[in-house]
Amino acid sequence: MKKTYINGLGCISAQKTFDTVFLEEAELNENSTILSLKAPVYKDFIPPVAIRRMAKGVKNGIVASALALKEAQLETVDAIITGTGMGCIEDSEKFLKAILDNDEQFLTPTSFIQSTHNTVGGQIALGLQCKAYNLTYVNGSVSFESALFDAKMMIEEEEASSILVGGIDEMADYTMSLFKLAGFIKKENQGPYSILGSTTKGVVFGEGATFFALENQIKNNTIAEILDVEILNKLNVSEVENKILSFLAVNSLEISDIDAVLLGYNGDVDSDLYYKNLSNTTFINVPQVYYKHLSGEYDTASAFGLWVGSKIIQTQSIPDIVKLNALDKQSYKTILLYNQRNGIDHSFTLISSC
Amino acid sequence: MEALKQELKSKIIEVLNLEDIAIADINDDDALFGDGLGLDSIDALELIVMLDKDYGIKLVDPKEGKTIFKSIETMAGYIAENRVK
Repeated sequence: MKKTYINGLGCISAQKTFDTVFLEEAELNENSTILSLKAPVYKDFIPPVAIRRMAKGVKNGIVASALALKEAQLETVDAIITGTGMGCIEDSEKFLKAILDNDEQFLTPTSFIQSTHNTVGGQIALGLQCKAYNLTYVNGSVSFESALFDAKMMIEEEEASSILVGGIDEMADYTMSLFKLAGFIKKENQGPYSILGSTTKGVVFGEGATFFALENQIKNNTIAEILDVEILNKLNVSEVENKILSFLAVNSLEISDIDAVLLGYNGDVDSDLYYKNLSNTTFINVPQVYYKHLSGEYDTASAFGLWVGSKIIQTQSIPDIVKLNALDKQSYKTILLYNQRNGIDHSFTLISSC
Repeated sequence: MEALKQELKSKIIEVLNLEDIAIADINDDDALFGDGLGLDSIDALELIVMLDKDYGIKLVDPKEGKTIFKSIETMAGYIAENRVK
């Protein structure tokens, strides 16, 4: 059975995660309920003729995938697998608004064509002229992990030797206004919106695109190995520790073998209960990392988390801005990521240095 | 007619999201498709919808489009003759 290695990374987020090493230019914004994106110069990556029809999620996905391929020194891949919670919501909004505004007449094709969840995967394939396996998973907060799980199985079963896997989500005005009404996003004028120690419901929202070039072989540029991925639908707070211990045991590991744990704290008082118990007991002697104060919360924010975890292994350092506790390790070999949202869509991802 | 041409250029830039093109960059007799502005078949659909929505012109025969959408000059001429709003 072949192993799965991360040989390239690409990330577009609310931080400058391109043309930088590892969050050295990161800025903490605790005054907004929505974190805006640090956009690259899209025209450096996408031809002008193609770019004019693309919403930002598509553009971010194409740039992030291009960065991952470049780092992995790959021209093309055997599969493109993406995960997204809301898909290309910006064009979906445009299309639906046009239906309402024009009394169901005069519907134009562009926003309809671009509004599907697999637009990003499709556009990347068109750009690469890659006619291989191309799939998009839409599974809430485990959309990215579903894609990652599929990719790992394909490599293990030797159905592919190189795979581009990524998580993409974008914000759109009307959807954000609905999320605010529903209380998914924190109330305005109640800042600062500090994630740690939050006593309120709702999250600070974000968007981004993160891609990984996976291969079945170690190269000079290999960043980390993906040891295991597990997805669970619904757990009680009291069940999580045992599930993590079982997950580690399957991989012949114990808590003491973990060099850092990345927890998906998002500032929602109820959702974060799942992490607080682990922070205060299970992982009390393990370096702990959080990241959604930098990325914002969105369905595929955990892909940003895996980017952070991969960078920790690549640079053998944890930037102060993502540290949850003061613990350090001499080296960071094995890293566990745990993410969930509102008690559902739990995922455990285990990576290690090679 | 001149005002209609300027209006068309502005609408085409907006509807087709031609970010890097200004009204002054489009000459009245420039080819809209192919070597000129480089528009494609999806743009043609957008233009057909625009004719219907903004000028009340329904293109029944798609073959007509090739002549009508040749340039701003030909579009403006056709709209001036056939518009109902």
